[in-house]
Amino acid sequence: MRIALFVTCLADTLFPDVGKSTTVLLERLGHQVAFPEAQTCCGQMHVNTGYQREALPLIRRYVETFEPYDVIVAPSGSCVGSVRHQHAMVARRCGDPGLADRAEAVAGRTFELSQLLTDVLGVEDVGAYYPHRVTYHPTCHSLRLLGVADRPARLLRQVAGLELVDLPDAEVCCGFGGTFAIKNADTSTAMLADKMRSVLDTRAEVCTAGDSSCLMHIGGGLSRLRAGVRTVHLAEILAATRDGSPTG
Amino acid sequence: MTTFLGWPAPPTAPRGVGHLRGSEPFPVAARRALADSQLRRNLTKATTTIRAKRAAVVAELPDWEALRAAGQAIKAETMRHLDRYLEQLEAQVRARGGIVHWARDAPEANQIVTDLVRAAGSSEAVKVKSLATDEIGLNDALAAAGITAYETDLAELIIQLGHDRSSHILVPAIHRNRAEIREIFLREMADVDPALTDNPAALAEAARLHLRRKFLSARVGISGANFAVAETGTLCVLESEGNGRMCLTLPQTLITVMGIEKVIPAWRDLGVFLQLLPRSSTGERMNPYTSLWTGVTPGDGPQQFHLVLLDNGRTAALADETGRQALHCIRCSACMNVCPVYERTGGHAYGSVYPGPIGAVLSPLLTGVEDNATLPYASSLCGACYDACPVKIDIPSLLVYLRARHVEEARRARRRPSAEAVTMAAAAWVLADPRRYGAAQQAGRPGRALGRGGRIRALPPPLSAWTQARDAPAPPARTFRQWWRESGRERS
Repeated sequence: MRIALFVTCLADTLFPDVGKSTTVLLERLGHQVAFPEAQTCCGQMHVNTGYQREALPLIRRYVETFEPYDVIVAPSGSCVGSVRHQHAMVARRCGDPGLADRAEAVAGRTFELSQLLTDVLGVEDVGAYYPHRVTYHPTCHSLRLLGVADRPARLLRQVAGLELVDLPDAEVCCGFGGTFAIKNADTSTAMLADKMRSVLDTRAEVCTAGDSSCLMHIGGGLSRLRAGVRTVHLAEILAATRDGSPTG
Repeated sequence: MTTFLGWPAPPTAPRGVGHLRGSEPFPVAARRALADSQLRRNLTKATTTIRAKRAAVVAELPDWEALRAAGQAIKAETMRHLDRYLEQLEAQVRARGGIVHWARDAPEANQIVTDLVRAAGSSEAVKVKSLATDEIGLNDALAAAGITAYETDLAELIIQLGHDRSSHILVPAIHRNRAEIREIFLREMADVDPALTDNPAALAEAARLHLRRKFLSARVGISGANFAVAETGTLCVLESEGNGRMCLTLPQTLITVMGIEKVIPAWRDLGVFLQLLPRSSTGERMNPYTSLWTGVTPGDGPQQFHLVLLDNGRTAALADETGRQALHCIRCSACMNVCPVYERTGGHAYGSVYPGPIGAVLSPLLTGVEDNATLPYASSLCGACYDACPVKIDIPSLLVYLRARHVEEARRARRRPSAEAVTMAAAAWVLADPRRYGAAQQAGRPGRALGRGGRIRALPPPLSAWTQARDAPAPPARTFRQWWRESGRERS
């Protein structure tokens, strides 16, 4: 299958290994990955901060860039959540119903990575090998906006060598929330403290999730405390094999 | 002046009266609350307990989702024809011997109630727990007129005796623990047993003894309402302690202050809400004391019944096509009990009698966004509130919408854009074009110099708010799109 990768601006700029892993994983499963270079950002930060008018050109860019593709994947529940639940709404509110209709059509073909693997490609064992003790944080938008439910856990349970441990209070937000982490930094930090305690309680060496943004938050806190736990995106775990990780 | 369908826009709740606005921005008030370790402990303990109770009783009902959909549909239908249902309610209440008053805002409602208490020849009144009367600051208005209002709900009594403010719509004293309540009673209750312990039953008994004389002597009772049935003119109050039943039946005069959005069309609609509300609020299968009354019954209960229908910004909320679903709220408090922000900051940080997720949308809708401008941002948009809401109010989407309203109203009001608006516009300009975006990625590369071991420990403002507590990732040697090009893969 030919699959277009929406890598997301965050992974493109700060976490390229997430994009590389998604690419290598899908190629290993026998699919062809396309990376339309006209892509930039889904616009969620603008929409969630109140700047819908400013987000409109970004939404138009997303729609025009990915309209030619039948299947689109992004390694982010949050960005896919924005594509699915915000693009058409913003276009309509900004007076462009034509763009809203097109955005709805493209959104229907846009999948978060674990959804693509389990629902579209019908695979749970991706042939990965990752000999580590891992806990999974279900990010809010994956969990509630997209309803990915146990798909990531099903994928992780098939990874050879991986020991998956339950995260206490897993479904509580880590406190990231985009610009919330800046505008309400103290509250965000208090939420992060509780999430880090839950992660540390698992005695896991790796905390994984389907969103680089939440992992940047949790990982940034763990790193500041020298807590000895690292954050790794789901795509990186699924891409790792006995021959090593594609990202080194 | 802004207009709505050619008419002047409906007025928002006036300033300077009532409890819909805080004195400080949410982040400032939240910072102080977050530092209070006793408050954090009290809130975590209470919300954890009530969350578990709610989850257990909601899981028992196989038709919970259908009930939620029914509740949502009834409320949407009511809002669509609110004018009609309110006039029907008024006619039915009158036909059964009640007197109906219309109050456009808090000062009008306070004046009406003050005049009614005076007309009853009383200088005191007993009160059932009521958010509407807290919203309009009725107790303060009555006190200014020389009338003493006695709160009879245990938690409201704790708040009143402690000269405190409610921090939760269902459990107003949720921020207090048993030891703190005992201290308040010992300090403020003139007739209390000095050997009072912090055993919950002992605390409740002390309150009962304290209140009993008031119930028996009061000539005026004041209540809010959970529901009002338009087709019969029946009012409905749900409570857990029986104090409400006393206030609603013993005094000769009963005054009910009700937000206009509380009307429901028909008696059968109660069947939906009496299932949804107890399970969502107290985590009970059935509400302990459900009082229903219709007008006046000679020789039985209050012989004078006044219904005060309160607007106070509700019509302004109704005029907002997107925002109006906030008026569907049945005040269960499930959203604040599951909210990770509320659990950590408590209700006072929101500055309004309506805290938590629903308060963060309802308060700005009632006052105008400008007067509660930081509330729509007091959420990580995690969506737990939407999942818990018994009438399916899409609170995260409303928060996002109100943020847009705030930005757009500020844009119209200011001659020069804010620093944030400039930053956001610049970011959008960059992100709208892949060449500018690629150039910006490269321009950020010197940021690598800030990093040690791939981590940045300090960033300049406003990003310093991030690095106060978290490391930031240093930009990598190559962006993804550079790697893609260099990997020799197909360009598209």
